[in-house]
Amino acid sequence: MPKLTIDGQSVEVPAGTNLIETARRLGIEVPHYCYHPGLPIAGACRLCMVDLEKAPRPTIACNTQAADGMVVMTQTPRVLELRRSVMEWHLINHPLDCPVCDQAGECWLQIYYMQHGLYEPRMIDDKVHKPKAVPIGPHVMLDAERCILCSRCVRFCDTITKTGELGIFNRGDHSELGLFPGTTLDNAYSGNVVDICPVGALTDRDFRFQARVWYLDRGKSVCPGCARGCNIEVHTNTKRAHHAQGRRVVRLKPRFNAAVNQWWICDEGRYGFGEVDAPSRIERPELREGGTARTLTWEEAVAAVADGLRAAGPEGTGVLLSSRMSNEDLWLARRLFGDTLGVVHADFRVPPRTPGSEDDLLRVADKTPNRRGAELIGWGRAGAANGRHVLEAARAGRLRLLWVFDHDLLDSGWPRAEVDEALARVEGVVFQGPNANETSARAHVVLPSAAWVEREGTWTNVAGRVQRFWRAVLPRGDARPDWEILGAVARALGHDWPGRRAAGVFDDLAARVPAFAGMSYRTLGDEGADVVPPAEGRPIDARGVAP
Amino acid sequence: MTEPVLSRNFDRPEARTLAGYQAGGGYEALRKALGLGPEGIAAEVKKANLRGLGGAGFPTATKWGFIPAKRTGPVYLVVNADEGEPGTFKDRYILERDPHALIEGMLISAFAIGCHTSFIYIRGEYVEPWRIFSEAVRAAEAAGLVGANILGSGFDHRIIVHRGAGAYICGEETGLISSLEGKKGWPKVKPPFPAIKGAFGQPTVVNNVETLAAVPPIVTRGGEWFAGLGSKTQGGTRLYSVSGHVARPGVYEASVAITLRALIEQAGGVANGRRLKAVVPGGSSAPLLRADEIDVTMDVDGLRNAGTMAGSAGVVVMDETTCIPDALHVVARFYAHESCGQCTPCRECTGWIYKITGRILAGKGVPQDPDTIVDVARRGTGSTICAFYDGAIGPYISYVEKFRAEFDHHIRHGACDVRPTPARRVGTH
Repeated sequence: MPKLTIDGQSVEVPAGTNLIETARRLGIEVPHYCYHPGLPIAGACRLCMVDLEKAPRPTIACNTQAADGMVVMTQTPRVLELRRSVMEWHLINHPLDCPVCDQAGECWLQIYYMQHGLYEPRMIDDKVHKPKAVPIGPHVMLDAERCILCSRCVRFCDTITKTGELGIFNRGDHSELGLFPGTTLDNAYSGNVVDICPVGALTDRDFRFQARVWYLDRGKSVCPGCARGCNIEVHTNTKRAHHAQGRRVVRLKPRFNAAVNQWWICDEGRYGFGEVDAPSRIERPELREGGTARTLTWEEAVAAVADGLRAAGPEGTGVLLSSRMSNEDLWLARRLFGDTLGVVHADFRVPPRTPGSEDDLLRVADKTPNRRGAELIGWGRAGAANGRHVLEAARAGRLRLLWVFDHDLLDSGWPRAEVDEALARVEGVVFQGPNANETSARAHVVLPSAAWVEREGTWTNVAGRVQRFWRAVLPRGDARPDWEILGAVARALGHDWPGRRAAGVFDDLAARVPAFAGMSYRTLGDEGADVVPPAEGRPIDARGVAP
Repeated sequence: MTEPVLSRNFDRPEARTLAGYQAGGGYEALRKALGLGPEGIAAEVKKANLRGLGGAGFPTATKWGFIPAKRTGPVYLVVNADEGEPGTFKDRYILERDPHALIEGMLISAFAIGCHTSFIYIRGEYVEPWRIFSEAVRAAEAAGLVGANILGSGFDHRIIVHRGAGAYICGEETGLISSLEGKKGWPKVKPPFPAIKGAFGQPTVVNNVETLAAVPPIVTRGGEWFAGLGSKTQGGTRLYSVSGHVARPGVYEASVAITLRALIEQAGGVANGRRLKAVVPGGSSAPLLRADEIDVTMDVDGLRNAGTMAGSAGVVVMDETTCIPDALHVVARFYAHESCGQCTPCRECTGWIYKITGRILAGKGVPQDPDTIVDVARRGTGSTICAFYDGAIGPYISYVEKFRAEFDHHIRHGACDVRPTPARRVGTH
């Protein structure tokens, strides 16, 4: 472990750490454009210059590894002067079209000009002109004039996705970012180039001109798009309701987690938030009888469902939970349906109509965030491939009540005719979920769930990492988190357990399910924690759970 | 006149053929070198004070010495025949008129560094030199001088001839390596240096054509003899490409210790009885010398002490009719056009300075322009990935500082005081 000093403070870092990362550990920011911790070194922007003791001139920090006894200075007059100069050179051909640039407000040319530039402009000649507003893929718009040629996006496509669509063409100040002939930037991770672009050269076509970034709020979350559970930020626009066509969630951005997704997310996940503000959102509990629909209060709705459960009894009740639900939801469902009511026909697995996409970078074929959690909590009938047994029980006329959580059974891997028959034969169908679908249209009672961005909780990803997600916006209408609804129904039936908040429900779960042993909601923190592997703990089996 | 060493075969057309070259004692140095062994060769080259003749003037033996002794993969020798420095045309003469001298030098040097495959990267525009050199390689292969078990020594070596595609930056050694590897000719960030991680990730020595062509005579006649031809810190003679306003432009061989004045006189002096104004002593990247600064020796250290550089020994002579702002504009256009664009200072400032010089020539200069050029250039010194931009800075600063009055005249009067009208239309590169 080399030991060195930066600006007079000493620090010890693992061998191979470069000076930007070393300085970062001391809270010293070395400004840079082309360096990105997830990409190979380019050494091209020349902004990250620092002084080394006895060196004749400043050197780039990104390509200099920390060495024992090294004395680094990031604030010498010649370093500061060089930073100013490099900022001037980055900007001489920049169009300075900040007022119409989406990046304004989060642009590193703006930030570093204010921090390190502040020179008097000397460039009075014509700037080099390049193509503007070029759609280079389904999600990304290129403005070649704004590009500072840091090559981060090129290196991303070369080394992370290994698809190599992008290159820098031509030479000198006519160098231009572009697509190789015959390609489009349509790889499954293309949106990441927008994140790593430090300037307004690559902007997000979905987000473009929707909102000014300084009006946005940011919330921590986890992507619900597949079982990987990539850490994300949810960017919301609530301060300017007239922007972004009234959408509250305007974009998702990756949030670094070394153990899960590092710096990246896939495009499916990034652009998969449309349902949150879609017209299909269910806003109030509803009762449908004889072709008419009536809005219910929550008290009425809970009472109606509780009455239905009482009447149907454990043999006559079918439950189709969802792995979109959180650990807390599924734990209360376990408490209620499993341990208390002893519902026989319950499962969470409804196969999708088409198999999900997957690859060896991040995407997992299971397009729900919590399959592993559902399994660990004890859901999923042993020996059954999926929840078909619930459907069969309904078709056979054995069910009086079927409670469906956030599935569209009519648009699933099950034959439509069979689903249709099953729904027709059940006296009472309860649908609970954030968005309406064909199945909810067939329900007798509809309960509005809060969408994932409107509530908090935890999901367990495909690798067994338990991760918190946070509330970014308020629920639409009267929507509530699933665990709150389940708790209310349980209390209506005379049952109650610890936990009036998600934290309490999770801690109850952690105390009782061995895989979650030792965890607490608070200590999960931003990056989550891994479940206890079966080898270390007791066998993970619902039967083995302490009551 | 010095005894010709590097140009000994230039006037013997038969030397292009293997038989002709051998008739003049060719490939005897190789035979001797194989007997000397790698250490013996390196020792002679060290004694010879041979310094790289491509531009940087780095001691050749030292460069060879950087190849790590402990290694697992192959070592490569890469010959830089991408002669692109404006005002330089001497490697072309070796390729065309004495190709076997280069092959022999390559073989001896490869043997000295333990290399079994060498690459020669020939400038794309050098079609005829490429053709002649390739033919010579084939002849040498046919004669068993290149290939397996050369001259029964057990030493194997093959030569791969590669053509460039017309970029000045591919003469920069790591830009050349990138291009050779099939990538865009972008110089590589150092470290690692080529001696550690060069072509295809292997330890690599990049030597200039003329440098390698000097190796056989050194082996034949000894390092001390070669050292004695030059100055205290640099041995030998070298080939000077003399162009511009001289009576007899061309390639001249002379000691590295010759003075610039004597060299110009060898080339017939300034043509048409005009007075000398300025000289570029070492290719376009070398800072300009005024007429009163030419009593300097042409070796690496002599010219460095004079504030300029020996570079590629491309001597460009300018007489009194030369408009220095116009000359700078020409040079600036070259660097703006050839900058690879990889790193910021060079990409942006070569274009900027070209625009400023163009504006000055178009009569639209502003008083601060000369200061801006010098200030921008000075700030960028040493700030880039490769030496290209430092090479551009040489002319930017020296042209302006040494002929400031001409720039000021252009700016003040919108016209030239040397020539009645600007001779060049100002456009974009």
